[in-house]
Order: sequence, then C-alpha cells, then structure tokens
Amino acid sequence: MAPVLVLIAVGSIAFHLLSPWWWTPIASDWGYIDATLIITFWITGIAFTAIVLFIAYCLVRFRHRPGARAAYEPESRRLEVWLTVVTGLGVAALLAPGLVVWNRFVSVPPGASEVEVVAQQWRWAFRLPGADGRLGAANIRHVGEENPLGLDPEDAAGRDDVVIDGDLHLPLGRPVKVLLRSVDVIHNFYVPEFRAKMDIIPGTVTYFWLTPTRVGTFDALCNEVCGVSHYAMRGRVVVDAEPDYASWLQRQRTFAQLPAGRGQRRVAAQQTAPSDR
Amino acid sequence: MADAQLGTAGPLPGAESEDVELYHPHSWLTKYVFSQDAKIIAIQYASTALAIGLVALVLSWLVRLQLGFPGAISFIGPKEYYQLITMHGMIMVIYLLTALFLGGFGNYLIPLMLGARDMVFPYVNMLSYWIYLLAVLVLVASFFAPGGPTGAGWTLYPPQAILSGTPGQEWGIVLMLLSLILFIIGFTMGGVNYVVTVLQARAPGMTLMRMPLTIWGIFTATILALLAFPALFVGAVMMLLDRLLGTSFFMPAIVEAGQRLRYNGGSPILFQHLFWFFGHPEVYIVALPAFGIVSDLISTHARKNIFGYRMMVWAIVAIGALSFVVWAHHMYVSGMNPYFGFFFATTTLVIAIPTAIKVYNWVLTLWRGDIHLTLPMLFAIAFIVTFLNGGLTGLFLGNVVVDVPLSDTMFVVAHFHMVMGVAPILVIFGGLYHWYPKVTGRMLDERLGQLHFWATFLGAYAIFFPMHYLGLMGVPRRYFDIEGLSFVTPSVATLNAFISVVALLVGAAQIVFLYNLVRSLTHGAPAGPNPWRATTLEWQTPETPPPHGNWGATPPVVYRWAYDYSVPGAAEDFIPQNQPGRAPGPAPA
Ligand code: HEM
Ligand SMILES: [Cu+2]
Ligand SMILES: [Cu+2]
Repeated sequence: MAPVLVLIAVGSIAFHLLSPWWWTPIASDWGYIDATLIITFWITGIAFTAIVLFIAYCLVRFRHRPGARAAYEPESRRLEVWLTVVTGLGVAALLAPGLVVWNRFVSVPPGASEVEVVAQQWRWAFRLPGADGRLGAANIRHVGEENPLGLDPEDAAGRDDVVIDGDLHLPLGRPVKVLLRSVDVIHNFYVPEFRAKMDIIPGTVTYFWLTPTRVGTFDALCNEVCGVSHYAMRGRVVVDAEPDYASWLQRQRTFAQLPAGRGQRRVAAQQTAPSDR
Repeated sequence: MADAQLGTAGPLPGAESEDVELYHPHSWLTKYVFSQDAKIIAIQYASTALAIGLVALVLSWLVRLQLGFPGAISFIGPKEYYQLITMHGMIMVIYLLTALFLGGFGNYLIPLMLGARDMVFPYVNMLSYWIYLLAVLVLVASFFAPGGPTGAGWTLYPPQAILSGTPGQEWGIVLMLLSLILFIIGFTMGGVNYVVTVLQARAPGMTLMRMPLTIWGIFTATILALLAFPALFVGAVMMLLDRLLGTSFFMPAIVEAGQRLRYNGGSPILFQHLFWFFGHPEVYIVALPAFGIVSDLISTHARKNIFGYRMMVWAIVAIGALSFVVWAHHMYVSGMNPYFGFFFATTTLVIAIPTAIKVYNWVLTLWRGDIHLTLPMLFAIAFIVTFLNGGLTGLFLGNVVVDVPLSDTMFVVAHFHMVMGVAPILVIFGGLYHWYPKVTGRMLDERLGQLHFWATFLGAYAIFFPMHYLGLMGVPRRYFDIEGLSFVTPSVATLNAFISVVALLVGAAQIVFLYNLVRSLTHGAPAGPNPWRATTLEWQTPETPPPHGNWGATPPVVYRWAYDYSVPGAAEDFIPQNQPGRAPGPAPA
C-alpha cells in the first residue's frame, strides 16, 4: 500500500504539471480568478502531498511486526491546537484573496456598457442598447413569433435597440455588463475564455460583467441543464478591435427596423415623454 | 490530563436503560420477512440498496460509454442520456448511500454497539423498510412508464423539470417526486427510531462519551436528515402541485415553444434554496456515518485508540451544525443576490477546519500504531486519500470566485464523486468486509477482496482525478455531446475514452464483490465471535450471528470507552467495553 500511496502523490503532481489538459487561454480581465485558482492549487496541493506521504510513511514504519504493540495515546491537546491553527491560516490564505476578487466580481464599474443575452430553449439572442445607451423595456407578454425577445413596442427607448440573431460582438478592452434574461427555463451563459458565467432565471434579470482582453471568436454555451437539447444550445461571441466592431455594429438592425417594431412605429413616435423603463 | 470519561472509571451509577421485553415473532413470515428485528431490517435495507445501486452502476456505464465513445451505443440519444444521468445520480445519492448507511449500517449497529436488545420502536422500524421498498419500486416503475423516467438532472430544477422540453415530463417526474416523498416518510420512521434508541436504550455504563464514533456519526447524520429532508419534502410536494394542479410555486410566466403557459409569478430560485437546504446536509448525511465507521475501522485495525476522541465527537457535531449554513455554495452562479457569496464562502471554508481535524486524527491514529493491512484497513486508507482529495477540491468550489469558472463543469463531477461518491462507497466496502463476519458468521474471501480493493481504489482514482482537468478546461457537465466545441482539444477524446474503459473495469470489480458476498455465505471461513479482536459490544455477543434479542439472558454492562487498544500492561492488545475493572495501565495522559 505504501508504495502505491507514494505513486499517487507523485503521479498526481506529475499529471498536474505534464498533462496537456489545462484551462483555455483567458480572454477577459478575470485573470484575478485564475490567480486565486493557482493559489488554491498550491495550498491544497501541498496539503494533499504532505498528508498522503505521511500516511505512506506510517504504513511502512508502523506496519504490524510480530510482538509489536501500538502506543497508547488518547489525545494531545497541544498537537490538536497547533494543527487547527495551521489549518485556519491555510483557509484564511484561500478565503482572503477569494473574497477580494469576489468583491470585484460583484461591483460593476460605472462606465460599463450593457448588452442583453436572451435565452430560450435552445438558442441564444442578443440585444444592444443602441444609440441612446439604454435598453428598452421588455416583457414576456410581448413575446411572439415576430418579437421573440418580447420588447415593448410602446417603449421609445427600445426602438433603437440593436437586435442580434447571430454572433454577439463585443468591443475589445471596454467593460461590459451582461444582462441575462430567459423566456422559458433556467439557462446559463458561459464562455470558458471569459471565466465568468451566470445562470439565467425566467422572471428576473441576472448579470455579470467583464472586460474582453483578447480579439477572437469564442464558443458560448449553455451551462445549466435546460432540457433535452441543452448540450446543443451554443452560440458565439466575437471580440473585435474598434474599427471591426464599429463596422459590424453598422450592419445590425434596430428593433424599429424589424416587423414587430415597425408596426408600432406610429404609436411610439407620438410619445414625447421619456418612457419609464 | 486524567480524564474519567476516556479512561476506565468503573461502571457508572444508574443504568442507561432497563432490560426490556421484546416482541417475539410467531411465524417464518414475521421472523424473516415482516421482521421487527433491527438486524433483519438492516439486511433488508442493505440488500435493497445494493440491488438498486447495481442499477445505478449499470446506468453509469452507459453514460460513460456515450462520453467515451460518442454514438457507439445506438439507443442512447440525448433524451436517454439525460434520463440515465438523472437516475444514476438520484439512485446513488438517495436510494443507495443514504439508505445503506442509515437503514443498513444504522439498523444493524445502533442496537448492537450500544448493548440494546433492539430499536425502541420495532414496528415503526419495520414499516420504515417497507415504505423504502415501495419508494424504490415507484422509482423503478418510472423506467417503464410512458415517456420513461425524468431527465431533469438529479437536482430537478424547475421550471424545466416539469416542462415538455425535458424527458419524462408526463410520468417520470411525477413518479420521481412521489418516490422521494415516500422515501422521506419511510426514512423519518427509521430516523426517529435511531435517535430515540441512541438516547434511551444504551446499556448501563454506555455514556454518550463512551459511544463508538460509528454511532456518533450515524446519530448526528440522522438528526441532520430529520432536519434537512423536510425541505426536500415540501419542495417535492410544491413541485408536484405545480405539475399536476397548475399552481405556480416555482413557475414564473413562461413562453415555451411559442406558447404562453398558464403559470405566473412563482420563483425558480426558491426551489433551489429548498433543494440545497436539504442537499448540502445530505452530503454530510452520507459523510458523517462514513467518518464514524472509518474511525472505528482504523482504530481496530491499527490496534490503537482513535486519536483525539473528544475532538472527533465535537468535530462531527460542529460539522453537522455548520452544514446547515452553507447550502447556497451550490448557488453561487444561480443568480441569487451576489452578496450572499461573501457569507456562504466564509461558512463553507470554515467547515473545512473541523473536517481537516478529522483527517489529521485518522492519520495520527496510524502514527505509532500496529497497523494490520486487512481489507477493512485498506479501504479505510483509500477512503482517507480520496476524501482528502475531494475535500481539497471543495476548497476550490467553496471559494465563491473560484467556483465561477468551474461550476457545472466536469470539475464538479470529479469533485463530488471523489468526496461523496467514491469515498463513502469505500467506507461501505470497508464496513462490509469488517462486519460481514458478525452478520453471517463467515469471513469474506481475502483474494477476491484484494482484487476488488485494488481495482476499485486505483480505478476510481484514475477515473476521477484526471476528470478535474477537463472541467478546468471548461468541458461542461450534463453534455450529451461535446462535439464541435472549439476550446476542447482533440486529446480530450482520448482521455474520455480512457476514463470510460477504466469505469467499465471498476464496474466489473463490483461484480466480483457481489459474487464474494454471495459465495462467502456458504463458503467463507468460519469467523468466530470476534475475528478482528475488537473492543466494541457487537463483537461480544454470546452467539454469532447474534439472535433475536442480541444478548441472551443478560444484556452487557459497559465499563470503558470503545478504544482500549494496546493498553500498557494489559494482557491482550484490546479490552472489550464490557470487561470490568480498571485497566492496569496509567490513566491516559
Ligand atoms: C464508478 C462509479 C461511477 C461512475 C463511473 C460514475 C459516472 C458518472 C457520470 C459519467 C456522470 C455524468 C456526468 C455528467 O453530467 O456529464 C455521473 C453523474 C452523477 N453521479 Fe456518478 N458515477 C459513479 C458513481 C457514483 C456514486 C457512488 C455516486 C454517489 C454520490 C454518484 C453520484 C452522481 C451524481 C449525483 C451525478 C449527477 C447527476 C446529474 O448531473 O444530475 N456517482 N456519474
Ligand atoms: Cu441549457
Ligand atoms: Cu454543499
């Protein structure tokens, strides 16, 4: 048993260092998360190796020999206190950076622009706030064939919203708050390269934020089981540098240009007061 | 520090309980089938749990075949895949592990280890088993119901669990919820029994602080279960009402496939809180009995008292209490108020401290021991390694921000299999090898046992250790197919195939074990009353296997704690708990 335990300790470390399976190169500013993960790997790795090797040592040193007898040692207050303190310190060393980074995670920077991700079984749609920088109101009441996102045709703020039925593009280096909405069941919007993710709950709007830091095309997947085609609910996010982003945005259509928005143009145009969203 | 409780201060004044008159069966049927003897009920529970567990094992092979060799099994499409993982997970957690630890080990060991003649409510105890069996049958029925069993994932999150996009919407989910409700009713009957028996039926001299840690683990786990299962119970009832009567407890306004459903205003997250208020303690409902049993296995087979007994008891109680304030670590990315993350990450990491203490104390029990590498000991050591591994990856997932990229990936699957799949199962095996001689009077075969051990331990490690790294890469869990994901490198397919092959081998080793269980009934070497030379009361019964009533004419009186191994100056290297007199050695320091 002892040699096997040594093999497990050494083998696990070797696997960790040498195996080709590791995280994907990051594409957002959540390197903080990766850093916390590395700290965790170090502390837990040391604990694991030390304890497994110690067991292996005990098995060799204290393996039964004829005539041998175990020590009689019910407890040792000093040792127990000492071990508790060391563990406490290790746990604190994990928790402290973790909570600092979480504080960043929950604090969306004031300048962040908004994009909306709308999930339904089993596809993604996206919406940008348009020229006014505000997303118009939406409600599940308005969802229909022509208006899959359920935008409120009466809300003037929504008329310039850009409705995207393809890949979502994000501008490089600008913080973005991703608002998440579902019209049916719970989904989760997950781009592994961004590290961040969040569930999407029907009936409420959830969010997370990030700053894309690398140009490229990334898979977006649903990461909360949402029915039989959950595994096939995939999308794409493209991070563009500025000129590319602008030209892509140019080609998108606003809600007002879509059939659902067009039908209500007259009504909406009569509104003069800014609508309450 | 001299300590009367740990040491050997003569019999305590005042019996913990009087001897009692038992119910006596009058026919074969009431003796062996509708039995009120906790030992028979234990065997019934354990056999049923192992049988349905075997089903869950076969389901996991099918899941692994699909993941390792996509498309190779033609009848597994996405619908079947989701049904497979759901049933596999639910059976393993509830119908195998919970039932086996509490209904199986609990029923057998509580009366025997405490020197009682039986549970205090034998009739209710019997009902507990039959309702459990009914729950299992209802669950099995869902495999044959129109549309098949539910594919909602073992977490059964609404709204999807009861909508038509999820397999088993017509019958499967209804039968699943009914089965859970039955299980909880049955469990509660047993659970009340375990708690009252521990509190009321201990032999004279068996103080709480002299109880073996096995009993502490089962006792605390039962209390947790009695407090946690009601949350699942109401969740299940409410979801059943949503599904059958169209209430909207968990259902907001929904447009499904272009249709506006009649639901409105409910809260999907409410279900998650109810589920995990049960679900997290559930981890400890499984883990605490395992902690207790493994402590006794290590102590017995290392011929040494468990190190830091009182600390071990307090750690069990502390973990049990803390386990009720960490549930939302399963919900860090659920969309709940993100500020809860600070609280739940802190409580979750604090729980690591008493857990670590337990690991230290197991290891320190080995230190300066007289280690016999018997099968129970091998399984116990394997448990420490896998539990340590799974516990440490829990520090990743508990530390809220580290959980964000990892949640719902294969990292989570690897983590919970290590910590609450493999580790407790190893203890179950260790416990079965340890107590089988008492239950049957015969030893399990050693050679088959060695084969079973090495294949299971090394195989399980080879399955689940590499799997963490797939999750780190971002491979999601509950994916029928990861074809076409750009971040998944081609070598992942190789690793998945490897894992699947090992999983089949590990599965085959379990068949060897079942064969050993059955064969040794008649072919095992006779065990004698106390083959491991253990101190606890179940090994001191006048007859092996113990008959109805356990103790013959006079129930035992307890004079010492459960861990008088290798007491200096004593003739033998163990002193049974019911042996009178002061130990000749010095008071423990
Ligand atoms: C060698 C034995 C086992 C193998 C090979 C195995 C394999 C698997 C696989 C492949 C999955 C699906 C992962 C996915 O979502 O993609 C799974 C899920 C699961 N397993 Fe196991 N498993 C084993 C034993 C156990 C045990 C003992 C438990 C008891 C705790 C367990 C509990 C679960 C649970 C709760 C799930 C999640 C189901 C869900 O996602 O709804 N498994 N297992
Ligand atoms: Cu999904
Ligand atoms: Cu938990």
